[in-house]
Amino acid sequence: MSLRVAKPGLLTTVQDGGRWGLQHLGVVPGGAMDRVALTLANALVGNRSGEGALEVTLLGPTVEFEDDVLVALCGAQFDASAGDVELPRDRPVFLPAGTALTLRRAARGTRAYLAVAGGIAVEPLLGSRSTYLPARFGGLEGRALRAGDLLALAPNAAQLAAERYERLSARASSRGGVRSVRWSAPALTLPEHEPIVLHAMPGRHHDEFDDESRRAFFDAVWRVSPDSNRMGFRLAGPALARPRGGEILSEPTCLGTVQVPANGAPIVLMADHQTTGGYPRVAEVAGADVPRLAQLAPGATLRFALCTLGEALELRAALNARVQAALRAISWEYGG
Amino acid sequence: MRVGPLGDAAAYAEFSDTLDLEINEGLHSLALTLRTRAPAWVRDIVPALTGIAVHFDPEHEELPAAPLEAAETLVRESIEAMPWRSTGRVIEVPVCYDPEFALDIVEVAGRSGIEPEDIAARHTRSEHRVLMVGFAPGLPYLAGLDPALALPRRATPRTRVPAGSVAVANLQTTVYPFETPGGWSVIGRTPLVLFDPAREAPSLFSPGDRVRFVAISRSDYARLK
Repeated sequence: MSLRVAKPGLLTTVQDGGRWGLQHLGVVPGGAMDRVALTLANALVGNRSGEGALEVTLLGPTVEFEDDVLVALCGAQFDASAGDVELPRDRPVFLPAGTALTLRRAARGTRAYLAVAGGIAVEPLLGSRSTYLPARFGGLEGRALRAGDLLALAPNAAQLAAERYERLSARASSRGGVRSVRWSAPALTLPEHEPIVLHAMPGRHHDEFDDESRRAFFDAVWRVSPDSNRMGFRLAGPALARPRGGEILSEPTCLGTVQVPANGAPIVLMADHQTTGGYPRVAEVAGADVPRLAQLAPGATLRFALCTLGEALELRAALNARVQAALRAISWEYGG
Repeated sequence: MRVGPLGDAAAYAEFSDTLDLEINEGLHSLALTLRTRAPAWVRDIVPALTGIAVHFDPEHEELPAAPLEAAETLVRESIEAMPWRSTGRVIEVPVCYDPEFALDIVEVAGRSGIEPEDIAARHTRSEHRVLMVGFAPGLPYLAGLDPALALPRRATPRTRVPAGSVAVANLQTTVYPFETPGGWSVIGRTPLVLFDPAREAPSLFSPGDRVRFVAISRSDYARLK
């Protein structure tokens, strides 16, 4: 049982909940850039939340399924079709054998997650199916998908598709063999009007930046640079200066750490971030806001709003409550 | 020890402002103890040069209401429970210091006033210690460089440093596990594979290991590769 890649899209990789427990060996956690969208996509097809799915970026792939499957597409809003009908977003969709799924362009947001009931069955490596491109491991041969690739699905994917779709209440009628439901999960991470606002706490070296730079960090509108990737988002805006303090010793980093190299241009560390870094940190983006940042494309704009650790934890709790509410609703549609 | 937040899903316990080998060695013992005592909501323990990061799973159902304080308690209790020991391993790393691989050895010789042949001799003579593994999978930060070879980072980093490159900066040596950009001066290359996810122990180096570099010829390099 497999998925065939007809067109790979711009950057399509297998990602899951991440490769944890090995940062002391330099192994980055990686995983989905927008974990909320991954969680929802998996829940919609009845998978556990950290299961492997396809992360598609800006220009989507065309994939074909040799057997029946149950899929869900969450995150960025792609113009997408299943066979010759429009693919409904944010909900479970039953695709009969032989259906070609075409994801064209992201109309809103940047990254979407295509989950399949039973998951993507590439062999886990160091406890994860996530693709880590710089070291070329994980996912499918450690690389982005290419035309002609065959990606293994669960051996019982067709059976799971039938069983799970059968359990769903409020099923809609068939259109060209493609079947779905009348409800959808909420999109929780799509970027609002730009510049989007990201909450950020002062970083460990925040006080070493000069007054003007500290103000500018929170006042300026920053633009995501073209040389941004899964490792980090470089931001274009005013140059930040740190006159005091010389070289610093390398320290552990985390998702959302904002480093400032000597050129003064901040870099926000994203999913494939290095585990340690020796550049001064001006700020740490609140974890709850990282998935929305992951939905920005190069050229998009953002602002930072100062927050405390307590506020960042409240934002996390609030986001988690919305995710849990969506998961309960999905579970209810599956008959509890 | 100072414990502070690292983002909102990790704590960083800092033990020193400056690099101290004794403290660093202690950190690695502490990390081993922490790992055996860590509750389920801790998902990574990362000893670095002068401190240890404890990463939480922010969505874990057992995560305490005040994770930063809980992490501090965990670190303090682990310090008391800690047996003081390094890994005890000594790893021999064959290195070919031939200029074909040692991309910056002529420049290092020029800046340090030490002949290229003596650079290899000085580099192999000292015992190096793994201070941390970080940045990229399997990349070690090693203390123990002969001070005569200590130079600042290159003014302009190389955009591509070949895998296996042995490089120096300040008082440290590193070995690049993969082809990456890098700003350290390359003085040799090892045929060893530093990181292989398919191996039982994927990383050749662990924090706390001792390392000896052994000079090899180009033909030995080709044979071992």
